[in-house]
Amino acid sequence: MNMVQADNLSFEYIRRNEEGEVESISKAIDGVSMTITKGDFVAILGHNGSGKSTLAKHINALLSPTEGTLIVDGMDTSDEANIWKVRQKAGMVFQNPDNQIIASVVEEDVAFGPENIGIPTEKILKRVTESLEAVGMTKYRHHSPNKLSGGQKQRVAIAGIMAMHPDCIVLDEPTAMLDPKGRREVIKTVRKLNKEEGITVILITHYMEEVIDADKVIVMDNGKIVMQGTPKEIFSEVEKVKGYRLDVPQVTELAYELRKEGVNIPADILSAEEFVEAL
Amino acid sequence: MIRDITIGQYYPADSVIHKLDPRVKLLATLVFIVSLFITTNYIAYVVAAIFLVTMVKLSKVPLKFILKGLKAIFMILALTVIFNLFLTQGEPLVSFWKITITKEGLRTAILMAVRLVFLIIGSSLMTLTTTPNQLTDGMEKGLSPLKKIKVPVHEIAMMMSIALRFIPILLEETDKIMKAQAARGADFDEGGIIKKAKSLIPILVPLFVSAFRRANDLAMAMEARCYYGGDGRTKMKPLKYKGKDYVAYIILAVYLAAIILIAVLL
Repeated sequence: MNMVQADNLSFEYIRRNEEGEVESISKAIDGVSMTITKGDFVAILGHNGSGKSTLAKHINALLSPTEGTLIVDGMDTSDEANIWKVRQKAGMVFQNPDNQIIASVVEEDVAFGPENIGIPTEKILKRVTESLEAVGMTKYRHHSPNKLSGGQKQRVAIAGIMAMHPDCIVLDEPTAMLDPKGRREVIKTVRKLNKEEGITVILITHYMEEVIDADKVIVMDNGKIVMQGTPKEIFSEVEKVKGYRLDVPQVTELAYELRKEGVNIPADILSAEEFVEAL
Repeated sequence: MIRDITIGQYYPADSVIHKLDPRVKLLATLVFIVSLFITTNYIAYVVAAIFLVTMVKLSKVPLKFILKGLKAIFMILALTVIFNLFLTQGEPLVSFWKITITKEGLRTAILMAVRLVFLIIGSSLMTLTTTPNQLTDGMEKGLSPLKKIKVPVHEIAMMMSIALRFIPILLEETDKIMKAQAARGADFDEGGIIKKAKSLIPILVPLFVSAFRRANDLAMAMEARCYYGGDGRTKMKPLKYKGKDYVAYIILAVYLAAIILIAVLL
């Protein structure tokens, strides 16, 4: 079954001057069609301004399409009546960990979402406990978020989404402001939720290492989807990926350079183990 | 400087006062403040002092810690005493050179000083024993009848708790900006008041820009988590009165009645 289905989706940012006349229109998303299957781990890649964040905000119904339709779990996001249900189904984690934590105590922040959707008191406590457990932050339950590291804050933010019992989590560059340790923590958590709880994950990122284990990779450029496929399919086309101003994983790059020098090695190597095997 | 102020700080301890419902403490503080101003009878102040000292003892907050909060208002206290002492007309008590201290002046000065000190101790006792979260919760619940006359109680409480959450973040950010400016040769310590004030501009402008960006991000994150105001919201830890809260209300009523009796009868 499809979690997300986009049909010829477009979104325009309209810039107006002081008199309210249209000054310029820029298409952030331009005719995007895609489907994301339930339970998948999907990575969306693209350099700055490629429209990937705008697409993410559509899945959470924070933006509604100018043209085309977006169906999230059978609900049309442009229908006002569906907005809150869509936001509960498809939670969103943002880039800056500080700017998305609302309460001054970890457990109260996790409870914020369930409180908003009117879950009865006894059930909120249970959900908060479960969510903190799922992201491994139970120990910090009564702490202030200000004293946590970036990676821990992002995990609290993920717990806050999990407490709303979503089917899908959209993560908009959740690791961009973190150190390598925090980055690993967050990705490990997200992967665990995907594997163990069957949550559909849509990860928007700059880091190729986070993409390797995805079920599907979508590459965006200038508001359009330019490549789609498994990580192996995508990264075997090193030159095409580089053409969209993106990197490939280091090992893949090395294999690519070796191939150019005439070494007989497959093009779709993604990890050091595979590389050693091939040699 | 900001760290010297104990008003608004929380002192964690395991006491009856800490465990009271925040609504009880808010109302008690209000009643206590009112009780200080309805009478000038000194017996009433003795009763108020006994009440206050008992509460401080019960709260297990060290008296020294509470008194530290008085340092912040020392100037105001001194000014009040001086003005009342020298400028009140009446029966002269002591008189030297051009200054006369009157009997009435002495009385008002002492009265005002006692009132101020009690007021500060009383209200800091509330903030010392109540976490900011409990305080905003208590306000929201306690003031909820005002919703009927269209006071946005939930919104005010939400704004307060968000402000409390972002104070440390913005302080840290100010520090970072100051260091960044200092690294490029800005000087915040020299010159007169005007020069010092001017040197704050390059700190305030980026601080404001960043605060607005944060507000924007936060609003989006809140919407993404289904926040649409106070209607239909539930609470993880709803406020519920327990036995000791009712006892506290009774004690409070007895205290207020005693003060009123003293004010009317004596």
